[in-house]
Amino acid sequence: MEAIILQVLNGLDKGSAYALIALGLTLIFGTLGVVNFAHGALFMIGAFCAVTLSRILTLSRTVVDETQTDFLGNPLEVQVPYVYDWFGQATGDAIIDWAVPLSILFAIPVMMLIGVIMERGLIKHFYNRPHADQILVTFGLAIVLQEIIKFYYGANPIPTPAPDAFRGSLDFGAMMGLDPNVVIYPYWRIIYFAFAAVIIGAVFAFLQFTTFGMVVRAGMADRETVQLLGINIDRRFTIMFGLAAAVAGLAGVMYTPINSPNYHMGMDFLVLSFVVVVVGGMGSLPGAVLAGFLLGILESFASMREVLEILPGINQIIIYLVAIIILLTRPRGLMGRKGVMED
Amino acid sequence: MGILEVKNVNKRFGGLQALGDVNLSVAENTCHAIIGPNGAGKSTLLNCLIGKLIPDTGSVMFDGQSVLGRKPYQINQMGISRVFQTPEIFGDLSVLENMMIPIFAKRDGAFRMHALAQATKEKDIVEQAEHMLESLNLADARHDHAAAMSRGNKRRLEIGMCLAQNPRLLLLDEPTAGMARADTNNTIDLLKQIKDERDITICIIEHDMHVVFSLAERITVLAQGTPLVEDTPDKIKGHPKVREAYLGESA
Amino acid sequence: MLGLDKKDFRLLLIVLIITMLAPFILNPFPEGSGLAQFNAGYPDLMQRFVIFGIFAIGFNILFGLTGYLSFGHAAFLGVGSYAAIWMMKLVTLNVIPAIILGVIIAGLFALAVGFISLRRSGIYFSILTLAFAQMSYALAYSVLTPITGGETGLQIKSTDSPLLSNLADGEIGRANLFGMDMRAGFDISMGDWLFTINAGYYIAAVFMIIAFYLSIRIFRSPFGTMLRAVKSNQTRMYYTGLNARPYTLAAFVISGMYAGLAGGLLVAMDTQAGPERMFWTASGEVVLMTILGGAGTLIGPVLGSGAIKYMENILSKINKDILHEWFAFMPDGLEDFVITLVYPFIGKGWHLTLGLIFMAVVIFLPGGLVEGGQRIGRLLRGKKANPDDEKATQSTPAE
Repeated sequence: MEAIILQVLNGLDKGSAYALIALGLTLIFGTLGVVNFAHGALFMIGAFCAVTLSRILTLSRTVVDETQTDFLGNPLEVQVPYVYDWFGQATGDAIIDWAVPLSILFAIPVMMLIGVIMERGLIKHFYNRPHADQILVTFGLAIVLQEIIKFYYGANPIPTPAPDAFRGSLDFGAMMGLDPNVVIYPYWRIIYFAFAAVIIGAVFAFLQFTTFGMVVRAGMADRETVQLLGINIDRRFTIMFGLAAAVAGLAGVMYTPINSPNYHMGMDFLVLSFVVVVVGGMGSLPGAVLAGFLLGILESFASMREVLEILPGINQIIIYLVAIIILLTRPRGLMGRKGVMED
Repeated sequence: MGILEVKNVNKRFGGLQALGDVNLSVAENTCHAIIGPNGAGKSTLLNCLIGKLIPDTGSVMFDGQSVLGRKPYQINQMGISRVFQTPEIFGDLSVLENMMIPIFAKRDGAFRMHALAQATKEKDIVEQAEHMLESLNLADARHDHAAAMSRGNKRRLEIGMCLAQNPRLLLLDEPTAGMARADTNNTIDLLKQIKDERDITICIIEHDMHVVFSLAERITVLAQGTPLVEDTPDKIKGHPKVREAYLGESA
Repeated sequence: MLGLDKKDFRLLLIVLIITMLAPFILNPFPEGSGLAQFNAGYPDLMQRFVIFGIFAIGFNILFGLTGYLSFGHAAFLGVGSYAAIWMMKLVTLNVIPAIILGVIIAGLFALAVGFISLRRSGIYFSILTLAFAQMSYALAYSVLTPITGGETGLQIKSTDSPLLSNLADGEIGRANLFGMDMRAGFDISMGDWLFTINAGYYIAAVFMIIAFYLSIRIFRSPFGTMLRAVKSNQTRMYYTGLNARPYTLAAFVISGMYAGLAGGLLVAMDTQAGPERMFWTASGEVVLMTILGGAGTLIGPVLGSGAIKYMENILSKINKDILHEWFAFMPDGLEDFVITLVYPFIGKGWHLTLGLIFMAVVIFLPGGLVEGGQRIGRLLRGKKANPDDEKATQSTPAE
């Protein structure tokens, strides 16, 4: 029982990341009909937004502190972040401590902008080219983006911790009346899951309840008809691309405390997210979310010791295995729609 | 017994009865047209004939063998060739290569590894293809990209590719749809010529009455998924039921 | 000649001459000069040119002809490598049996993967192949460690004593071809120039010539025509009485065998195999090579793999000091500025250059370097010079 709860919980955070990336991929695929291999790079750039903000916040000036001396008796040079000057030390410390959550505010406009530039500057020209070309050009873009990040931030992972308040773990088992210290779960992972749920809810609400969303959904179902109605669908799709980029970026921002970001994290997640999209059903938003969580949890179950004793290495391949079986038995995925990428 | 026998074919799509008790017999070496207003079930019937759809009930026999449940390439190998509404040709290949492929298929079957032979040195195949192109007046374009041809020429090439396999039954799905008058007349002439020169059964689905009455020896009128009348063109022209159901609106 | 057209034969001859003279052609700069770092005529790199050339030629048979974009081709190269190294560890240090086993095992593996993946097409096919390759990588990395050596991979060690090779106790076996060491060779010194002739390179080069020749035959064969027909219009194919599936599967297996050959040759050269050869970035690399050179053309993949391997080895070696040397003639401020501009694109940043070039090729030059060459050729000859010529290149895009 404890083990099962623990594995479900462990699967949730990875599943959340898969679901968020797959959601964005599906939005782009469903609306623009473009297979975006650079989507993982957007996730990665989001994570580096958090790194950037925390670096900006810790920008410091050097002052000589007469009260402290080194062992020779010379006064020490200390780094004083500018935020101390502006907000005082206590508030300044708090701001630096909360860099990751604050990055959400920073990342949204940045990611939207990057998304819109990408769509207008590059993707737009590939609407009428074959899917293979779209895959290839976005694959190239992904390489370029990750190399740029590598150039400025180096190849090593950069630890970006969560605020102090969220370090430590929740003893989930004790809350459920089980033995303490068996089912423990880091606070930040709970937050990540809740955050993902909110974002997913917001995207669905946006598509469901706004006129904008209605047009986009109609466009996903039948682009030509919507255009016949005289609605400028292209502009809306550009905004959708920006939105999808922001969703991927936020997924990346919040993921930084779980895994220190490095330049190739995007590609690592992309491959799995594509598998998630295919399992969920190309073009189906609920399918993407469902498959994201499902595969995340499945992966975590597969890494249980008991399972590994029977099927060694299954945790490494379970997602791919499921994807292959699904693709062969249910060609449209779990919730795929008819007529989307049937070739 | 006709070469193509359709018996009691029914097909439903959800609540819509697309085909209801269709019986059709196409006699060997004749040209049989199937006409009918939009939504009469012409395309559904055609798709049942070439293995794309499987009817709910009934049988489709070609020369005494059932075509149901066979894959398109197997149906082709039985001797049925199909011409599509929009010409389906190999656009990236040269016209000559387009013509060689069906000849290869006829000789070698569904699959054969000819990985080390040289395509252009297969003398008999190249000769046959060249000959076919000449008879279609396409010989000058033999090294062009097939996709670069005019629509009329694409249609000629497609029909030629079908004929290169000496099929016993040629199915045409609105072969002149979207064509200019001159191209339409060219296509009619080509089909007439084929009819005269070869022992071939032609089954044509068409909207254009001019085409139908120039070619067909027998006509089946389909309305709401059921054959209304089947007769010779002269009789069909004067038939009151047909006038009511179909010609009345367009003539 | 050899069952080829005059034009194709000429192409084969050119490739033959260039590969045979590569140690000289690739070392145009005298030893010790500032430009010597652009020399690519050393055995290790030349071997990579031809081996990855084979890999890309094979990939092109699948992607260039049928249009099926496989994102998991490195798996076959990896499997070929593992098979070859085991042959060398257990049976004989002669490279021929190792390479043959590599080709066979890779072919069988491709048959299995292709049989399943080819049930779908388009992006689904790409993702299925990607999934299979990632699975192979993960398995090679973890569970199959007894067979694959896990993260460290497999090498020939002093404890290995292949059945058919008489090794002294503790002697580390070396790959050979009927007794000729792969690393055998000699240097030719001509004035300031130094050329290295290496046995391993020439053996790999012979394999590439054969592989290239076979690919020309396949391209020009009825089978090749059918593969192009698959890419062009599958509907018409089925209604012409042809079954596309066995054709695509055959192409898939052939290209898998090419990958296995490349994997076996890699082992023959460096006597090691590791899981990183199967990682999906390695699969992506062969896609890059083929597209960069020109997918669907005969010579394109060879050019593409050469260009990428050259960049990988030469561009990545340029560092800041070398840049300072080059731009020393400029005034100081300008020099620093130019170096700041150039620096991200060289050294460790060569992938950035690669990504940008690749994007530019996909956007502006879908036919790759070959198309670029044709365009330049046309420009030089003058636009009006020969209108028939353009027609000819169009109807025979496979040059």
